[in-house]
Amino acid sequence: MTAMTLTLAACGGGDDNEGSTTDNGDSSEAAGSGEQITLTVATFNEFGYEDLLKEYESLHDNITVEHVKADTADNARDALRNSLGADSGAADIEAIEVDWLVEFMQYPDKFEDLADPGVADRWMDWKIEAATTDDGKLIGYGTDTGPQAICYRADLLEAAGLPTDREEVASLLEGDWQHYFDVGKDFVAKSDAAWFDSAGATWQGMINQVEVPYQDPSGEIIATTNPQVRELYDQVLAASTDAELSAGLQQWTPDWVAGFQSDSFATMLCPGWMLGIIEGNSEGVEGWDVANVFPGGGGNWGGSYLTVPAQGEHVEEAKALANWLTAPEQQIKAFEAKGTFPSQVEALESETLLSASNAFFNDAPTGQIFVDRANAITFQPFKGPDYFSVNSALQDALTRVDVDGTDDAQTSWDKFVADVEALG
Amino acid sequence: MSTTTPLRPATEQSEPPPKRIGFGGRLSRWDLKLSPYLYISPFFVLFFVTGLFPLIYTGWVAVHDWDLIMGQGEFVGAKNFTDVLGNRDFWNALTNTFSIFVLSSVPQVICAITIAALLDANLRAKTFWRMGVLLPYVVAPVAVALIFSNLFADKFGLINSILGTIGIDPIGWHSQRLPSHLAIATMVNFRWTGYNALIFLAAMQAIPRDLYEQASIDGAGKIRQFFSVTVPMLRPTIIFIVITSTIGGLQIFDEPRLYDAYGRGGADGQWQTLTILLYEQGWTRSNFGRASAIAVLLFLIIVVIGLVNYFVTRLISTSEVKR
Repeated sequence: MTAMTLTLAACGGGDDNEGSTTDNGDSSEAAGSGEQITLTVATFNEFGYEDLLKEYESLHDNITVEHVKADTADNARDALRNSLGADSGAADIEAIEVDWLVEFMQYPDKFEDLADPGVADRWMDWKIEAATTDDGKLIGYGTDTGPQAICYRADLLEAAGLPTDREEVASLLEGDWQHYFDVGKDFVAKSDAAWFDSAGATWQGMINQVEVPYQDPSGEIIATTNPQVRELYDQVLAASTDAELSAGLQQWTPDWVAGFQSDSFATMLCPGWMLGIIEGNSEGVEGWDVANVFPGGGGNWGGSYLTVPAQGEHVEEAKALANWLTAPEQQIKAFEAKGTFPSQVEALESETLLSASNAFFNDAPTGQIFVDRANAITFQPFKGPDYFSVNSALQDALTRVDVDGTDDAQTSWDKFVADVEALG
Repeated sequence: MSTTTPLRPATEQSEPPPKRIGFGGRLSRWDLKLSPYLYISPFFVLFFVTGLFPLIYTGWVAVHDWDLIMGQGEFVGAKNFTDVLGNRDFWNALTNTFSIFVLSSVPQVICAITIAALLDANLRAKTFWRMGVLLPYVVAPVAVALIFSNLFADKFGLINSILGTIGIDPIGWHSQRLPSHLAIATMVNFRWTGYNALIFLAAMQAIPRDLYEQASIDGAGKIRQFFSVTVPMLRPTIIFIVITSTIGGLQIFDEPRLYDAYGRGGADGQWQTLTILLYEQGWTRSNFGRASAIAVLLFLIIVVIGLVNYFVTRLISTSEVKR
């Protein structure tokens, strides 16, 4: 309640009279639309919705919004599968990540059709096409995308005698993955810290640059036979273990979170949404910065959609909320809060976005950097319905070698092949 | 009423004067024969709805292709079973389940009985100590798992830091198999030892005190008394605790599921138990047919172990009678 009144006060601005008239107008409108309802919004990681949901509540007196946050996208996916299977228990709005969007597109009947001429031009073409079924049903409203840059610890680079200025770092790292790893070798020779957090995290950057990674458009799983996949697998593991560039910290584990506090690694791949996570984990740590560069050109990691499961009781209200949350103005606010980079065309041209900077990352002009990174993306990889399962198995394979040390690259790959065969 | 009216003239005709039973008498006869079954029926109705039906339905699902979201598919016979049994994950999960079960149940029973013996002694503020022992049981399993998975973190966990200060190399609590089982068993023990200790304590207090007096007259010390009087008298309770912890141990889920952020039992399945494998097949991979096959197999395993327990129990109780 306090937060609500605060937001209201903020909306009112300096002029008290004006503020109160707007409030009256809102409440009468809300009273017209019926009884008191609660909408649940299920997300994962950081969407930057905390303040937005409060704002929405203050705009609609009859709506209370409950925010359910899962710790990882994996858990959010399991929970959603479960509720769809049971036909109950789903939130009114469920966030879906691009990696498992295709999987859920197999069940279009379970979701409300969100197609609306009013929003048809809201998103970049590929973003809205990915969520549209063959017969024109729109499953989800796009939220953010994940153009990737390199986040780095300037203090650690300085201690190792490398450049620290973000322009210089960008030109230092310009090149392909091998070049990124070579600079890393130079760095670890002069520092106690590792070059990146884990092979698995780096893999997400590499695999998202492969046009047809695990499954071809006919649905056949080619992950184990695709030479590109094996090549990248060997490359990232050679860099991680032989060259000891990896800190061996599996993402989202307590060790990984603690690693931010103990100067464990100097760089990591950062899609826009990662900024909020880095900041959250690095409380009290100074020196993070963002370089406008990415190995092998551009790449997209993650990005999400808001869907409205058909089983909900308040689908109309939920649609309205999803529509509002993914409107360019709101996405810009989410970007300011947690760095989630907009997928909305209008937002990409917004002055607020272009001039945005992030104080935690040494006042880096994050808006401009990520707009540049987004422009560097030339294609979106094809992700079939089994993308998520295969990628999980491959992540496990990398973790076995890089984090657990229970296998070498070859034995772990053999287990991956067995895992993929067991999928069918 | 409608069923009884047509019957009445029939009885009057076939059975002449001497045996005339009124409606009241008939009711009381039904009361005698039927009501006992009615009294126990709620259990059986509930058991059928919540126990037997799901059990049979699981078997039905296990012989079909069954997608979590799309529902029933084709009949595939034993294919799900052969798939499960032919996969290394199942055998790995089976070994893990037993390993965690042994690592948790054995120390648990030993610790619980020791704690109970200590609580049975003449202590000040008895209730305080007894409640204190039960406290971990009140803590939500999720909270326990979160705290312990942080304590047991591989690189920056408290336990490894402490080991480091006394010169022991860090242990891969999440990367190696046996240490991960130990860590999970610790969580289970943390929660259940106090609960079991209280059950033991209740049983101990039911042991007649004159046995102890006799023993001390015979010159037995406290420790001798414990092994020669307390432990034998506790046998039925020990069996009860062993059986309940067997069932709990084989179905262990919360702790391994929450031991890391992914909940799949480790990248190499280091601590993947049967229930975790079941969950992964059913929910993560949407293959309900295979998940049900695992459930059926798990059911059979528990039945086998239950039978073993039953025979061990009979063996012990008959040997007691002989004595």
